[in-house]
Amino acid sequence: MRRSKLLYVPFWATYVFLYLPIVVLVVMSFNSGDSAYTYEGFSLKWYGELAADERVRDGAVNTLIVAAGSTVIATVLGTLLAVGLARHTRSKVLDAVSLMPAVLPDLVLAIGLLVFFGLIQLTLGLYSVVLAHGVFAMAFVAAVVRTRLSGADTSLEEASRDLGAGPVATFMRITLPQLMPGIVAGALLAFTLSLDEFVIAFFTIGNAEPTLPIVIYSMIRFGVTPKINALAAILLLVSFTAVIAGQRLTKIGESRAQD
Amino acid sequence: MLKIDGISRRFGDVVALDDVSLEIGQGEFFALLGPSGCGKTTLLRIIAGFETPDAGAVTLDGDDLLSRQPNRRPISLMFQSYALFPHMTVAKNVAYGLERERLPRQEVRQRVGEVLETVGLSAHASRRPAQLSGGQRQRVALARSIVKRPRLLLLDEPLSALDKKVRADMQLELKRLQHDVGITFVVVTHDQEEAMSLADRIAVFDRGTVRQVDAPVALYERPCSPFVADFVGANNLFEGTAVGLDGIRSEEFGMLPGTPLSELAAGAKALLAVRPEKLALADQDAARGLAGSVLDVSFYGGVSHISVDVPGRVKPVLVAVQGASAVQAGAKVKVRWNAQDAVIMAVDQ
Repeated sequence: MRRSKLLYVPFWATYVFLYLPIVVLVVMSFNSGDSAYTYEGFSLKWYGELAADERVRDGAVNTLIVAAGSTVIATVLGTLLAVGLARHTRSKVLDAVSLMPAVLPDLVLAIGLLVFFGLIQLTLGLYSVVLAHGVFAMAFVAAVVRTRLSGADTSLEEASRDLGAGPVATFMRITLPQLMPGIVAGALLAFTLSLDEFVIAFFTIGNAEPTLPIVIYSMIRFGVTPKINALAAILLLVSFTAVIAGQRLTKIGESRAQD
Repeated sequence: MLKIDGISRRFGDVVALDDVSLEIGQGEFFALLGPSGCGKTTLLRIIAGFETPDAGAVTLDGDDLLSRQPNRRPISLMFQSYALFPHMTVAKNVAYGLERERLPRQEVRQRVGEVLETVGLSAHASRRPAQLSGGQRQRVALARSIVKRPRLLLLDEPLSALDKKVRADMQLELKRLQHDVGITFVVVTHDQEEAMSLADRIAVFDRGTVRQVDAPVALYERPCSPFVADFVGANNLFEGTAVGLDGIRSEEFGMLPGTPLSELAAGAKALLAVRPEKLALADQDAARGLAGSVLDVSFYGGVSHISVDVPGRVKPVLVAVQGASAVQAGAKVKVRWNAQDAVIMAVDQ
């Protein structure tokens, strides 16, 4: 059967719609002029200015701290949650509830966390953002690990028990290695989610030094400058790298697991 | 050695096992045979510890097994899917059970080497399961199970995933291995030929109950219930009522010759079973026998199967003869047998 060339039109149109703004942004970040809207020639000067900006540097460091911390929390708890749900309950309700933080509007989650932190009288700061992002990303990690678990063979765990391993040894030596590709993919997802998360961070950071998205937000109130384009291009690069690394690692893990 | 006493297990409304009792001796090769869904795998999982019975007891040399966790039972289970750990090499898979016992490394390495030698996989020790053929994987699973020197080895449909030729080889190998290592084997299978060729004794399961426990030959020649007669091997079954010691009276065919396995009250419902190889074909003018016409002749090399349509029967009568058959489809024949070659059993009301 010959496929109609016309079918490619919506396909490419969708891609252009998705990526044209991003391409424009990246191109404009190399603009030598002062305007964010008219391209005047190639230059790296905005990247230089970015590196010199102390607020941006501090923001980047804070964001990395938050992303790293919340990734650790989300990965450990999300994995345990997924295993618990898959192996120890048959409740559909618990299953659905575990996904809540992922589907809940960020705003609701942010307000909820803020109120909760106030209730337990936790002083807000970078660590409260770490906790908040941990909760938020945990649901995503759990969902990713969950799909891997449902495809996993329970007879492997039974075989391990049969060969004399206790429940803990079985989990560490059989279940975890089987889940590793899912866990890594979940961790990278958690990392990229935290990296550019604004709403929850904005609500739960209190008076602490802001994270990068909050810095960008305050910069943009005075208009879009090529400096922001440059910053966005760097963020884009980091996110892309993480996603591609995640996919690669998952694939390697899968081909290993099938070996 | 292994004593199963009054085990029952139900899943919701489904009775998987209903008051099953069995005794299996030291060094025996025992088969649990039955169609799928008859409860045989559930029983195996209860012995291994992955399923808990609602009632009953399982003891191994007098020790209660049910109160122990699966990892604390001196039993190995070989899974139908083999359940090899995909992220470990063959040697690591086999060593897994020994490492859990915290044996010295030297001993682990030695015993893994020995058992891989036994199953003929020494050259594949550093491969991963995915790089092996089906037969090789099965041998790894076997090696992993026996390396711990369990008192009892349970095998769940051990040969079902292999193709026919490999299966025949593995059957011989399983028997040889069982003989060499002297471990008691309990194999679950739905394949009656496999059970007969492997096992010393067979328990035939039907809907959660044991119908008969016997040696293969006895099971084949003297089935004591209609289910066993039908399930184990090919059989021609005739319904009728018991009359005396040499036959049954069938509504359609009159007197049919046969030998009752137990005393039957005259007039009781009875079933006569006669194996295809015990039947003989005779000319249509012969004095006795059931008249019919040949439907089909299938040549299998050593034997030929001839199905004969006998008016008054729903299923054709199956006749097996040595070598090639002289008759052709459509021929008018008579089918007959001797009274001592057919068994008569009671039919449960």
